[in-house]
Amino acid sequence: MKKFTVVAAMATALLGSTAVNAADVEVIHWWTSGGEQAAVSVFAREFDALGEDKWVDTAIAGGENARSATLQRTLGGDPPGAAQFNISRQFEELAEAGLLLDLTPLAEEEGWKDFIRPAAILDVCEFEGKIYCVPVNIHSWQWAWASVPAFEKAGVPLPKNLDEFIAEAPKLQEAGVIPFAIGGEAWQIGGAMGVVMLSQLGKTGHEAIYKDRNLEVAGGPEVLNAIKIFKSLKTFTDEGSANRTWNDTTNLVIQDQAALQIMGDWARGEFAVAGEKPGVDYACIAGPSEEAYLDTGGDIFLFPKQEDAAVEAAQLKMASMMVNPQVQALFNNAKGSLPVRDDVDMSLADDCMKVGLDILKDPNRVIQGAGIYLTQDSIGQMDDLWAEAWANPDMTAEEIQQRFVDIIASAE
Amino acid sequence: MAQLATAKEDDAAKAAGRASGRKPFRLSTLMSIVGTTPMILTAVGVFVICILYSFVLSFTNSRIFPAFGAENFVGTDQYARLWSTGRWLVSVNNIWFFGLLSIAANMTAGYLLAVFMDQRIRAEDLFRSIFLYPFAMSLVITGLVWRWILDPNYGIQATVRGLGFEDFRFAPLVSADTAIYGLVVAGIWNGVGVTMAIMLAGLRGVDSEIWKAAKIDGIPTWRTYLFIVLPMMRGAILTAFILQCVGVVRVFDLIVAMTQGGPGIATQMPAVFVIQHITDRSNVGLGMAAATMMLLPVVVLLGLQVFVQWRANQAKGKAS
Repeated sequence: MKKFTVVAAMATALLGSTAVNAADVEVIHWWTSGGEQAAVSVFAREFDALGEDKWVDTAIAGGENARSATLQRTLGGDPPGAAQFNISRQFEELAEAGLLLDLTPLAEEEGWKDFIRPAAILDVCEFEGKIYCVPVNIHSWQWAWASVPAFEKAGVPLPKNLDEFIAEAPKLQEAGVIPFAIGGEAWQIGGAMGVVMLSQLGKTGHEAIYKDRNLEVAGGPEVLNAIKIFKSLKTFTDEGSANRTWNDTTNLVIQDQAALQIMGDWARGEFAVAGEKPGVDYACIAGPSEEAYLDTGGDIFLFPKQEDAAVEAAQLKMASMMVNPQVQALFNNAKGSLPVRDDVDMSLADDCMKVGLDILKDPNRVIQGAGIYLTQDSIGQMDDLWAEAWANPDMTAEEIQQRFVDIIASAE
Repeated sequence: MAQLATAKEDDAAKAAGRASGRKPFRLSTLMSIVGTTPMILTAVGVFVICILYSFVLSFTNSRIFPAFGAENFVGTDQYARLWSTGRWLVSVNNIWFFGLLSIAANMTAGYLLAVFMDQRIRAEDLFRSIFLYPFAMSLVITGLVWRWILDPNYGIQATVRGLGFEDFRFAPLVSADTAIYGLVVAGIWNGVGVTMAIMLAGLRGVDSEIWKAAKIDGIPTWRTYLFIVLPMMRGAILTAFILQCVGVVRVFDLIVAMTQGGPGIATQMPAVFVIQHITDRSNVGLGMAAATMMLLPVVVLLGLQVFVQWRANQAKGKAS
């Protein structure tokens, strides 16, 4: 027994002595495009400037791959120091299993609950009263990016909603422009379909389906209409869309080869890197509908538990740095996203971002994405369905809708 | 293969045992037992225990973590869901289609290439390296390169159109009906070289006396290759075939690099389904149900082999 206490004392002494050492914190994320790289290097720079600790960058292309790597490594006992996830239920089991560093003391000390807006994004980080992750930005899916020169070339006014766009699309085609640009990856197709769906359903319908699992709404005329729009968008795409990444697709709009892309506001970062001007070279259409709703998706960072006290101290430093107002302003300007706090100097915000900020001020215009209400499993099933429906023109709208209803009915 | 060998050894040992009245025991036998024990333990641990573990997991509703609580056992729910999932059905169809096409093409082309190499050509080593090279490449690289070659915007189609053939169309990967053929092409490019190498070794293993005899009898060369030499290379053919089968069942990286299972879900494969469900979609139960289903054909084949051997042994026993 005596021996044991001595060993314990020695161990604590050792731990105490390592706490002052610098640590390397490995960060897994999937920010690999030009605009994203610019944004993530803000974090890396600011973190390295704090002192001796080092930001070790592990960028893995593709959100799904990056998340899988984090999950597998955490389960296998070799967790990274920090990892990016979406604002969703993707990581709830890690928190439930107690594999994540508890950030509650830091959050209380800094008063995260008082300044993080909207409050819903911090709720995602909370399990059983404890906070396990840091939201770093707010992204919304509900945007269409239009090439102004392409629409001018076809002599077509910029569309205000999807019905207008579909009516004008043949003229764009005649002018030798790809009317609708999209990459054939499942998440891009699923995301675009979510946007089409929301433009038809509005907030009440959206919540009825995903939050209340109302099967009558899921089987109703609005959803059917959304599926029909989705099917007609497919007829206005180009051949090369299979397998194209989202930023290569955005690049088609930047180069005025394509007229319109539905993509979240992270696309703005690509336009910025290319030196395009909003309103002159490209237009951002919120919604795309006259009554735009925005979801508050975005990214969070979580910090898997480490055995090394020095790394833990560095993790807490990193979490604190990520919500610092100065860093938030720099990071979000590079990323094209909105900051998670409202006391940030956004004088640098461009016109597109201002439109977004105005919409987000009205709580009736803000919704929670489906990923907040459904597990990753159900989201994946929906992605599969939309991908299949997208590639297979023989599936009737009614068939697709029936399968959508089945997924909602079986969702946990 | 291994079982065949051990069965023969067993027979030999039995015969030896019958002859001397008891089993001869030497130090070298002890040494070989000691030497192979770690490997046997590993094999049992890794294969048998892990397979059982996966099998049991497939009856639970585990999400990211294995959950073995009484409340987690959901019977065959995961299997019911699996077989009502369109994507899984597509995957199963694809693996048969891809497997049959690519194995048939690989075996045929591999044998023809081996025959070609067997003609005492010049620079044989160089050719062998060239044909074997694709096999040494990572399937991810293979997939990516073929994706570019087949891309309508900067691949073969764009090149030929650049030469003035405006209506030329060759872009299998963009349509759900033809994408699987694009995968088969890449699969053949990857697998044909190694098949050729094994077949060539088999060809060289055929006794030259046979060739001389065939020449004397005035049998044309092509007939010798087809009807005399081919049946004599059973071992090489079986080896190449099994290697191909293993490659097909595991096909994953090629899909991820070339099509990501698209367009739509047209080129999904079982391995992709399993990996995706036990990782990003956090549904280990369903993933394991799918993995168990992938194991099933292998188990059936093994069972058949054991049964056939048992019947053969029975027949032998009756005869002696």
